[in-house]
Amino acid sequence: MFKHLKFRDPNLTKRVIGKIREAAPKRDTVKICHVCGTHEWTITHFGLRSLLPQNVEVIAGPGCPVCVTPASEIDEAVQLALKGVVVTCFGDVLRVPGSEKSLLDAKAEGADVRVVYSALDAVKMAKKEPDKEFAFFAIGFETTAPSTALEVLKKPPKNLSFLVSHRLIPPAMELLLGIGDLHIDGFIAPGHVSTIIGLKAYEIFPKAYRMPTVVAGFEPLDVLFAIYMVLKQVKDNAARLENEYVRAVSWEGNVKAQELMHKAFKIVDGEWRGLGKLPSSAFKLREEYSEYDARERFGVKISHGRDLLPGCQCHLVMIGKIKPTECPLFMKACTPQKPMGACMVSMEGTCSIWAKAINT
Amino acid sequence: MMCLAIPAKVVSVQGNVARVDFGGGIIREVDISLVEVKPDDYVLVHAGYAIQVLSREEAEETLRLWSELLETEEKLERNNI
Ligand code: SF4
Repeated sequence: MFKHLKFRDPNLTKRVIGKIREAAPKRDTVKICHVCGTHEWTITHFGLRSLLPQNVEVIAGPGCPVCVTPASEIDEAVQLALKGVVVTCFGDVLRVPGSEKSLLDAKAEGADVRVVYSALDAVKMAKKEPDKEFAFFAIGFETTAPSTALEVLKKPPKNLSFLVSHRLIPPAMELLLGIGDLHIDGFIAPGHVSTIIGLKAYEIFPKAYRMPTVVAGFEPLDVLFAIYMVLKQVKDNAARLENEYVRAVSWEGNVKAQELMHKAFKIVDGEWRGLGKLPSSAFKLREEYSEYDARERFGVKISHGRDLLPGCQCHLVMIGKIKPTECPLFMKACTPQKPMGACMVSMEGTCSIWAKAINT
Repeated sequence: MMCLAIPAKVVSVQGNVARVDFGGGIIREVDISLVEVKPDDYVLVHAGYAIQVLSREEAEETLRLWSELLETEEKLERNNI
């Protein structure tokens, strides 16, 4: 975008690294946490960690929407598919393990599971084949939720329902702060989620938790600048909410999208894979739209699932407690070709991103 | 990648749908119900929907600020030495 603008200027990069070195404390370790698969991709793909001083650590929080979807909700989708409902989902979801089966396993057993690129694709498919029941497996954070809301509010075809599994990012960030031995010194907040919810959604982090918080874009320079901005705050012993991604994120965010989400959904407690139930962290369709709720329409509701296969450390990877390479199964029993955990399945999963970086 | 949002330039608008140019000759139709756009605007596209309008001025401003920030701080440091 803006091709002639130099978002990857090597000279500028060198200078920012210099500034980071100056701002970094001499001895103490600073731990900066981001919560976005795309940030992890930028950081790993461009080798940004290797450019940072040794005592500046950047860890990946639960920022992969596919990875955080609990096994119980994959089980619900599998059950729908096995009941004869055409389940439409994003491609990343297909291979994510449920308690026993993935959607791909269901497909292998003859269920009709189809990959779509957007919620709108699901609507189009349902319209085309009115004699079949369709369900859209709606996962993703606040970036994806508005489009699901939009399709729900647009009066979808009668033969389409929604298996809503959306999750909210700020509660996940609060969870991280509650983990006693994680000791985060600053947040890099996810740029794309922020385009929707706006800067204001993070106000609580500097205010209530005294946590430096910087919303950042996805170019390598965006991320490096955000790291620098966090380090400056740490150095000044300040806790501010700052916006590095002004070209896309405003204080209010996308108000229209927020209104649609609010109209279609209510906020409920939500289960996160391997992390348990987080208060007010998920969306559910409001009663007015319950006829479009796939769980109600087909009577599927699974409250307990098996989130982790024995040995899988996804729950620790997802909170930045360990690096993928510290999981004993990483690139041994668990590879992108034969993933054991959700973090290795999705392209936004930390394990998968690390695996690809090692292989290239 | 599901969560990836990609910037694109709006070529034309018809109702709730716009044709956008991702560069490299890739032109697609996206839903623009969540934003208000006109041709030549830049939008962030996520899973078939434009989720935000990108500000060209702010993009230029970011780069200017980055450079400026570095310069003034480097100047200050030189003066300190
Ligand atoms: S390497 Fe595989 S098993 Fe280990 S944490 Fe990552 S996804 Fe889970």
